[in-house]
Amino acid sequence: MTARIEMLGVSKAFPGVRALDRVDFQVEAGEVHALMGENGAGKSTLIKIMTGALQGDAGEIRMDGRPVRIGSTGDAQALGIGTVYQEVNLVPTMSVTKNLTLGRQPKRFGLINWGGARKRARERLKRLNFGSEIDIERPLGSYSVAIQQLVAIARALEHDTRVLVLDEPTASLDAIETALLFKIVRDLKARGIAIVFITHFIDQVYEIADRISVLRNGRLVGCAPIAELPPPKMISLMLGRELEHTEERAAKAESVAKGEPILVAEGLGRRRVMAPFDLSLRAGEVVGLSGLLGSGRTEVAKLIFGAVKHDSGKLTVGGAPVSSASPGHSLHLGIAFCPEDRKAEGIFGELTVRENIILGLQTKRGWLNRLSHDEQEALAQEMIKALAIATPDADKPVGQLSGGNQQKVVLARALTAEPRILILDEPTRGIDVGAHAEVVTLIRKLCAQGLGLLVASSELDELVAVSDRIAVLRDRRKVGEIEERDINRQTIIDTIAGART
Amino acid sequence: MKHSAEIRATTPSLSWLRAIAGHRAVWPIVALALILIVDGIISPGFFQIRIVEGRLFGNLIDILYRAVPTALVALGMAAVIGTKGIDLSVGSIIAIVGAVITWRIHAGDPHWVVLLIALGAGLLCGLWNGFLVAVLDIQPIIATLILMTSGRGIGLMINLLYGGTNPSFTSPLLQGLSVGHIGLVPTRLLLFASIFFVLWLLIRRTAFGLLLESVGSNPAAAKIVGINARLVIYAAYLISGFCSGWAGIVLAADTHTSDPVSIGLNIELDAILAVVIGGGSLSGGRVYLGMTLLGVLVIQALTTSILTSGLPPEYNLVVKAVVVVVVLLLQSTNLRIALYNAVSRTKR
Repeated sequence: MTARIEMLGVSKAFPGVRALDRVDFQVEAGEVHALMGENGAGKSTLIKIMTGALQGDAGEIRMDGRPVRIGSTGDAQALGIGTVYQEVNLVPTMSVTKNLTLGRQPKRFGLINWGGARKRARERLKRLNFGSEIDIERPLGSYSVAIQQLVAIARALEHDTRVLVLDEPTASLDAIETALLFKIVRDLKARGIAIVFITHFIDQVYEIADRISVLRNGRLVGCAPIAELPPPKMISLMLGRELEHTEERAAKAESVAKGEPILVAEGLGRRRVMAPFDLSLRAGEVVGLSGLLGSGRTEVAKLIFGAVKHDSGKLTVGGAPVSSASPGHSLHLGIAFCPEDRKAEGIFGELTVRENIILGLQTKRGWLNRLSHDEQEALAQEMIKALAIATPDADKPVGQLSGGNQQKVVLARALTAEPRILILDEPTRGIDVGAHAEVVTLIRKLCAQGLGLLVASSELDELVAVSDRIAVLRDRRKVGEIEERDINRQTIIDTIAGART
Repeated sequence: MKHSAEIRATTPSLSWLRAIAGHRAVWPIVALALILIVDGIISPGFFQIRIVEGRLFGNLIDILYRAVPTALVALGMAAVIGTKGIDLSVGSIIAIVGAVITWRIHAGDPHWVVLLIALGAGLLCGLWNGFLVAVLDIQPIIATLILMTSGRGIGLMINLLYGGTNPSFTSPLLQGLSVGHIGLVPTRLLLFASIFFVLWLLIRRTAFGLLLESVGSNPAAAKIVGINARLVIYAAYLISGFCSGWAGIVLAADTHTSDPVSIGLNIELDAILAVVIGGGSLSGGRVYLGMTLLGVLVIQALTTSILTSGLPPEYNLVVKAVVVVVVLLLQSTNLRIALYNAVSRTKR
């Protein structure tokens, strides 16, 4: 049987990166094919080449056995390839009709024929066996995200659509909405449309997909029907095993961390963000947060820190319940947080290294109690030395430092607030190997000083190396906790996959 | 980047010059000096300062004297711009304050009470702007546009409160602050100096300035650090209202009247310009009070010198625009690098 769409030996290089390396990818008619991979694996690049947004450097694309050239998104549409992107890119303030016909409104005497447009909009919705419950004159934004997602699919679907790409369509949907979407996906599948499904939710893959292709670092590392690729196998394919030699788990002396927990979260959660979870942390203990991309690592960190408000459960810090969690409150409770997204939430690019570092302590002291210039300089120099921040002087704008050094500045700032609990979200993201090892060493040192550490990381080896305990997350839910003696790559992978609890 | 830094390090003979050229105060000072030198050439005696009727007189004093209202407004503007905001309503705040003063004097309030009420009106305007920006999260340019357009109307309505037929007033206290002098020095210069000093204390001697700059530089990161960004932004608009309130007192007392239609017209533009000439970026993150003052002096020196040079006043705005563009170009790092590269290429 020839595949509906077939990509053979597709390669693509960006300056400095080989995004795709001779990837083969086939989707049959009437098949839901899940495309899996961590960040930077090459999923988006592959999809963009398929939909004409990018051109491959090498390789061939065939549809129903015939070679085709997809030079633009227009070509892709003409060939019957429809795409629904992760973020609904429709106009929420416009009516459903306008959204469904935008850019291809039926015209009469050069003017838009709105009667015809409405008819066309209804037809499009009917194609999904859905639409009777929607008032197409209402603004799209007045409907739930799920309905908007369905409208986006209706828009992507022409009567001659043969391939439909769904890029994380369920990212912001709840269970009922997802079920509605899946019903429609099965419908489309029954009509012989080839569907490419991209998601971070493992369970959903096994619920809806027929086959899985796994990409890692731009290479296809596996392709099999779901029955032959159970979750543990797929996850180890996704995560790879290349870094195995890098970190040896440090043999800890008698576990220091057996005292009373300094932080307890009970049933902490927020609707649509993170299912309620329990978590505790003792002084001197490192608790790792593991899970795939989108599994809720950052969400757990932010819920505990108060950057995202919880709407269920309770949080106890140092034995006292926290009534309203907020970053300002956490600061005074002795909780500090180093965010994952350094540029967006970490550094103050215009401010100097010194100002960036002392801001933690300064905020804690309040605006009236200013640190003198000498105190600031002393503190900054101490941190620059302690964390080996490479900067000519403390008065350089932090925006001019390298990524790794910016990361250290953010960490330094968190430390100046003298926290009891430190939350690190992806502490080694985007920094080079040398700095990586330094950060790992630093984490060990901090916890030896009695700090309670919560480390969220996508790198299993990093977690294995530093954690006393690992909480494992999947699909925005805590699915397990691994005790010290059991910590290794395999147990983490098995827990993520749900093969072990 | 690294490469050019090495080149710089290997030519020590010029490094002090570069250090000066790199300092942010250089270009506004150069511009101010050039304007004054041109003045000195075309009108001899420009720099003369005499004592007439027991007070200082002369073009330089005149520049300082006339710069005070804009300078007051610009200080508040610098704080607001530091938070990545903008306050377009300052001229309207002046109009409201002027109207409030005349109204309360007609109502017979003691003049020191009128002074407090006038400042209260300015602060109230700041409170309103702060509410829109910090609490309702409206974009600053839109939020302050509301008071900018409605403020002058509010001023006219206040005039109606006492019939509005004769909106002029005399007040020894307020006029003393505005056009009087203490010893040889005009009182408003002393008034400005004290307000400048208080703001400098607030911004540079407490940590408020740093918090304000961090909120302007990266609001999301400021929240993560635990800064109450909302309160900081609120405070910036309050400061702007307070400064504009003082500007309103000085201007209304100077003209002896409440004229909401034209008092302080376009002052927001000069104030914003002054902040920018002073090296403040509209993208926020930095507050330079002294530099802003320098920016005001550049603008005022330019205006005064066009008037004294005998150039028809019609030329005023265009000449001003040209000079401002030149100053801003000189400050542009990109242009300086381009010029530097062009020069070093011709040397080779």
